[in-house]
Amino acid sequence: MSNLIKLNGHTASVAEDEWLLVSLPASEAEERKQAGKVVLFKLTGENTVTNKQIANTVIPTTGKVIVPLSVFIARKAVLQARISKGEIGVWLSTHEVLEHLIKSQPDLNGLPMMAIHVERFADGRIFSLGTLLRTRYGYQNELRAFGDVLRDQLYFLKRSGFTSFQIRADRSAEDALASLNDFSVPYQGAVDEPQPVFQRYNRAV
Amino acid sequence: MYKYDEIDQTIVDERVAQYRDQTRRFLAGELTEDEFRPLRLQNGLYIQRYAPMLRIAVPYGMLSSKQLHKLGDIASKYDKGYGHFSTRQNLQLNWPTVEDSPDILAELATVEMHAIQTSGNCIRNITTDQFAGVAPDEIIDPRAIAEILRQWSTFHPEFALLPRKFKIAVSGTKHDRAVVQAHDIGMEFYTDAQGKMAIRVWVGGGLGRTPILGSVIREHLEWQHALTYCEAIIRVYNLHGRRDNIYKARVKILVKALGIDEFKKQVEAEWAHLKGAPNTITETELTRVSQHFETMPYETLPRHDAGFDTTLVSNPAFAAWVKRCVHPHKMAGYRAVTLSLKPHGKAPGDASSKQMWAVADLAEQYSFAELRVSHEQNLILADVKLADLFALWEKARANGLATPNIGLLTDIICCPGGDFCSLANAKSIPIAEAIQMQFDNLDYLHDIGDIEINISGCMNGCGHHSVGHIGILGVDKDSSEWYQVSIGGKQGNDASLGTVIGPSFAAEEMPRVIQKLIDVYIAERMPEEHFIDTVRRLGIAPFKANVYTKEGAAA
Ligand code: SF4
Repeated sequence: MSNLIKLNGHTASVAEDEWLLVSLPASEAEERKQAGKVVLFKLTGENTVTNKQIANTVIPTTGKVIVPLSVFIARKAVLQARISKGEIGVWLSTHEVLEHLIKSQPDLNGLPMMAIHVERFADGRIFSLGTLLRTRYGYQNELRAFGDVLRDQLYFLKRSGFTSFQIRADRSAEDALASLNDFSVPYQGAVDEPQPVFQRYNRAV
Repeated sequence: MYKYDEIDQTIVDERVAQYRDQTRRFLAGELTEDEFRPLRLQNGLYIQRYAPMLRIAVPYGMLSSKQLHKLGDIASKYDKGYGHFSTRQNLQLNWPTVEDSPDILAELATVEMHAIQTSGNCIRNITTDQFAGVAPDEIIDPRAIAEILRQWSTFHPEFALLPRKFKIAVSGTKHDRAVVQAHDIGMEFYTDAQGKMAIRVWVGGGLGRTPILGSVIREHLEWQHALTYCEAIIRVYNLHGRRDNIYKARVKILVKALGIDEFKKQVEAEWAHLKGAPNTITETELTRVSQHFETMPYETLPRHDAGFDTTLVSNPAFAAWVKRCVHPHKMAGYRAVTLSLKPHGKAPGDASSKQMWAVADLAEQYSFAELRVSHEQNLILADVKLADLFALWEKARANGLATPNIGLLTDIICCPGGDFCSLANAKSIPIAEAIQMQFDNLDYLHDIGDIEINISGCMNGCGHHSVGHIGILGVDKDSSEWYQVSIGGKQGNDASLGTVIGPSFAAEEMPRVIQKLIDVYIAERMPEEHFIDTVRRLGIAPFKANVYTKEGAAA
């Protein structure tokens, strides 16, 4: 049974997944993924993923696949035909830098699918990344959250521009549906509803 | 003060329903303790040393009589009949149960209150000057913008799970009483050269383990942009703040690591995209919210009241209280009054249900049914007529709320510490009580004059020890409780951080240590010089020498 929730306009439902997620092979090097160090990565260009990992990533030759950002950038030329056919999506982790993606793929809408992996529930970088993809970079296709995704993030994810949610395997996606509508009137403007409450209603004293 | 409309009420009601279901799932084992933690924290519920603690939001410190009455009811029904007013202008209950917490929130919602974002890694309660709207030195009443900020920050989706807590303070006075420099973002309102309301924005202050005063990130921000500019700052922080080490996760560490210039550059680059976005505050919205904070229906009164003047001369106890607890007011014939929650020998900031009911009644009778909580952990009636002061004093005194010690040595700021808080290295309340008993002589206290002692039970600094004229910090040495003492800290426009005087002390030494510090001050002070100024003039050396003399050497 699928554990994927998809938003279609204002209605959400549990849906079958037509995409296959491609992971990086395990790395021997210690991963550095703390946000504070991302600032350093930016300065030094240091990478979190090794070339060996990128080369060893196995991408199925047919069907719709979501590949890691580093693999997408490094092996883009080889994937080009499938990108044109709309078979390639890209996923990134919350510590990765969006600008790297934009440099490789200035027109994000050439991708039918983007996904962001959140390793821990408490990692709120995913909300800023979603917001930036939708507002700064004008991405309009499916945006998916996966990883440690539990129902109590869904409302915030939805407001940050996510349209599909891969609920963690040990929890029920059916149960989680309800949390998308925890609140009926948001105060502030965000991706799903850019106007703040004071622009939407005439709030008399 | 701000009154909810249907939209505000719907949001708090939906929050109660959401939290009730989260608690149900936790109690049914559908959520692990780890998964429930961020959820309950964002509703103010801590699990601490002996029982849960629930922190109730008092936005920018404003309460109505009706609300305080309800808080008294809640403390008596769900707790042991008292609550603790914190340095965040909030109210903390120390003995509720997890099972009861949704019901408590439901009761709060009936009086337009909540516990939203009073804890957890999110934008916290917005704080301000307890005399906002009535202070004679006020340039701009910041409460309307504070309320607009409250609404904007409530469930802001992008900032729901930040690296660490995020505190915003606003102030609109000449003399800063909101400690804007000690907040993640401090907004200092002023009138610019065009006569328009503008904001000087401070960033990166904080009083925890690494106390740092903020830096100015923008000298001049038009008020319309208050929300989008905060979004730019918090977005940079959310993406780049450290998440690997909670002691290095506050925005102040990021600002320090990047330097204020680079941080500002990144924020301004972000803001270039956000400026003018729909969250820009409109004139209409400011007007709407400001109407809730319009001046009270004051009477036109003479500057003096004969009855008051006479009593002042004939009743020295009343005069002593007026001197310490009554503050100037922008309207002739009115005063602001501090009701002290610092009686000697009691936990600073604690109020019983009976006292809450009594204060609610006093506010109703004498101060337009409104009151404020100060970050010094006292309660304020902001609009009292001169002619009513004596009657108010008598009633406050009967309820143990008229200790004339505001701003004096025994008006100690103190966190809950080891008696309640599971993060504590050491107890803080018994230290405050012991110091209060050591100096339990009002004449002597008045002679010592203005001084601030701040106590925190650990590095997190909830008791603001690093900006205390005398700061006391609980430390752990070989798993026993010790206290490190600093002097020379100060809040306000000329804020400074204290300097540690030397090795730490055992609990029973603390009253003597404070006494020794005061002795130096009394011997060395110049006429009219306050303790902090003597410390600034002389440096810490003479104080240190006296505390660590042979016969009184620290263990
Ligand atoms: S300063 Fe430390 S001991 Fe005191 S309340 Fe804060 S965390 Fe607890």
